Order: sequence, then structure tokens, then C-alpha cells
Amino acid sequence: MTLLALQGGFADAPIASAHAFRAALTALSQPGQILSVTGAAPPAPVSVAAGVLLLTLVDGTTPVHLAGRYDCAALRDWLTFHTGAPLVAPEAASFALGTWADLQPVGRFAQGLPDYPDRSCTLIVEMAALSNTGSRLTGPGIADHARLNLPEVAAFQANRARFPLGFDAFFTAADQIAGLPRSTHVEDF
Amino acid sequence: MTDQAYNFAYLDEQTKRMIRRAILKGVAVPGYQVPFASREMPMPYGWGTGGVQVTAACLVPEDRLKVIDQGADDTTNAVSIRKFFQRVAGVAVTEATQEATLIQTRHRIPDTSLSAGQILVYQVPIPEPLRFLEPRESETRKMHELEDYGLMHVKLYEDIARHGQIATSYAYPVKVEDRYVMDPSPIPKFDNPKLSNSPALQLFGAGREQRIYALPPFTHVVSLDFDDHPFVPSKADHACDLCDASDSYLDEVIIDDQGGRMFVCSDTDYCGGRRAAGHVGRLGEEAI
Repeated sequence: MTLLALQGGFADAPIASAHAFRAALTALSQPGQILSVTGAAPPAPVSVAAGVLLLTLVDGTTPVHLAGRYDCAALRDWLTFHTGAPLVAPEAASFALGTWADLQPVGRFAQGLPDYPDRSCTLIVEMAALSNTGSRLTGPGIADHARLNLPEVAAFQANRARFPLGFDAFFTAADQIAGLPRSTHVEDF
Repeated sequence: MTDQAYNFAYLDEQTKRMIRRAILKGVAVPGYQVPFASREMPMPYGWGTGGVQVTAACLVPEDRLKVIDQGADDTTNAVSIRKFFQRVAGVAVTEATQEATLIQTRHRIPDTSLSAGQILVYQVPIPEPLRFLEPRESETRKMHELEDYGLMHVKLYEDIARHGQIATSYAYPVKVEDRYVMDPSPIPKFDNPKLSNSPALQLFGAGREQRIYALPPFTHVVSLDFDDHPFVPSKADHACDLCDASDSYLDEVIIDDQGGRMFVCSDTDYCGGRRAAGHVGRLGEEAI
């Protein structure tokens, strides 16, 4: 472990995580909204937003899967020091971090059980940028419709078809986050 | 002043993370009751320990908190919870519905319309709508899994068979997004229409029963009924005796031992606002 792993956490954890959670709550309860978060300085290649989400939601009780090039020593050390989360295979993960390509196939992540749909994985999908363009979103949390530049449509349609089972996703780019719960209908447009 | 002996908003960070994850699952599956490891709070079960834990997990220092108990800002439960969060979170408080960013409520939805960005936290005693029909958790869980809600319709039908109408007047069951049947907490059924398509986020916390569930903004919520016995959001057939409002939920108050009574808004902020605006009811006095 290098000294670098000890840096980049929340300066004032109770306040920073409270703000970060409100942003995450707004993002997931109003799909399509893009919000800014601050406070974490995770090692490359992790975005600030993904780092903030990890520090806010992950701890020793939530196994995390790091996909693709996110499975690097710097991030493993940083996450272990700051959260104590066990690092596991995709099938056992409560949270998974990576680019959309890294996370494929998404079917291997926990979808929840018919009697406990909450026992599912939350994906943190790193993106180059977030914008309110592209796919058309409707469903709970959306007054009429919203737009978000999703990396793919078919996977999220298949995810919605399994409702109430399925995974939930946060999209992160730089300091921005957006959410897509399993309840959202996605259409290509 | 925040009491420095406590972490921000009383709960420790590990507990808040656990509750926050449960809230996010609840938001993702509207109407589904997410189990969570409810903590003991410095107040007894039945006083809103579930709502308090949800509020504690959601609060930020910039929040403006309103707490109501049956619509009133000035009853024991509301006053003590408001003081609790003033002390352990240092947040601003208000009695005005429009000014609040987070409202914790016991058994009412404010009569003033909520707006986007607000969070309404309900205190829930029994989160399982099927519990009084089927006491076994293993069975009710299976019924939710299979969307087997026939029993609930039988219960409403038996109301009609016995009383000629659906006699359930509070905690009236609703169906969320055509999937989960949900207990809206013991709000009067007058409030049920406000659950649907609300611009505010609605979170439900049941401390003793260890469940959290949620309605994201603009979620479709339908009160269960029959084609020939449609749902009717009822209230006392009077106007408020203080502010003359005819569109608010009313409490009946006995005022003497001669059978005298008055009807007043249960929502004290709504009633006070109307009186300040010059509305005067049957027994009201002109605002000075």
C-alpha cells in the first residue's frame, strides 16, 4: 500500500456523505437529472463522482466488483483503506464499478430474488460525459419524459422487463452523476 | 447549535450508509418494503423511530425541516422530533409547508400542495398492508412475490357486504405502478389522491417493523376499489370553523358538555395561512 491510498477521502465525512447521498437520491428518484458531487479524490482512472458514490454507499458489508482496468492496485488499496469493502467476483457483488464495456455481460450481476428484489447489484458506470440527449426515459420519477445519453438501450429494456428484479445503475463522468433505476422504461430515439 | 457530543444527525456513518442503501433500493422498486437494520432511537417505538432514521439519513445541514403530527406542528410528537434534529443536526426548522425542504409527517399529507425538490418522510407503524389478513411474514412475502392481492379485495368486499360501502377510512391500501400493494401509513383516505403523481419524493420508514419503502416523484398510485364501488376520498361534510376552508381535512373537536362541537383543519399551517389571509370561519375571529 502506498501513501497515495490514504489520501482522497472525505474531509468531513458526515457532511460530505450527506450531500453526496442527497445527490444520489435525487439522481435515482428522478432519472435523467444530472447532478454534481464533490469531496473525493480517488486514484486514476476513477472519476470524482464514482469515488464520491463509493465513499458514500460502500462499506465492509457490501462486496464490490472492480471491472476491467478499474481492477488496479491503486484503486484496490484506496477502496480497502477508505471503505473496507471486500473485492469480489461479479456474481457476488453488491456494487460494481467500470465502463459499460468492462461490465459486460451485465446479466452476471445479482438481479435480486423474486421475494427479495432488493438483493441486487448497483452498477456504477463510468462514462466519458453525461448529457440530456439520446435515449428517451419514462416511468416513476419522471413527469413526462427525460433524456440521457445511455451507452446502450437493449440491456436496459431487458432489465426493465424483469421488474421488480434487475440492477440499478448510476452513470458517472468527472464530477457528474445520473441514475437509472430498474423501474425506468427506456426507448431509443 | 449542534450538540457536538453527537455525530451529524445523531446516527453513526455506518448506520446511515445502511439506511441510505435501503432508501435507494426502495426508490428503485416503488412500493416494495425493503428490510433494514433499524436501530434503537432515543424515543419509544410508535413515536416515529422509522421516520426519524430515514430523516437522519437524508438530512443535509442546509435543510429546512418541518415536522407534523396528524397535520399539527405544535403537538408533542412533532415538537420533540423537531427539537431532536435541531439539537443533533443543527438544521433550520419551519412550520410553513412551502418553505420546508424535508417534512417528516405522522398520519397526514399537508393540505398545501408539495413542490419539486421536497421530501416527505412518513412514520409508519405497520408497513405490511396484508398483515391483518395474514399474520405470517413468509406468506405475505410470497403474496407480494406472486402479486396475489385477492385477499385484499376480499377484505374490501366484506366491508361492502357488511356496511354497504368500503368502511376502511384510513391506511387505505394502494397499488403502486400496477405492481405492489402498499400501505400508505395511517393517513386518512382523503389524502390518498395526493400520493399519486406528487412532485415531491415520498419516503416511508417503519422502525419497529424494520422496513423502508418509497414513492419517487410522479409515481402512479391507485387506491384499490371496485367498478361499482369506486374509491371516494371522504372528509367531514363541513367547512373549517376557524378558516372556512371547505377543501381541507377536518378534525372534530368537542367544545362543551352540551354536545357542542366544532370542525377545524387538521393541518395547522394551512389553517393559519388562510386565517392570516383574512378567511374567517363560523367560530373564528378576525385576525388582528
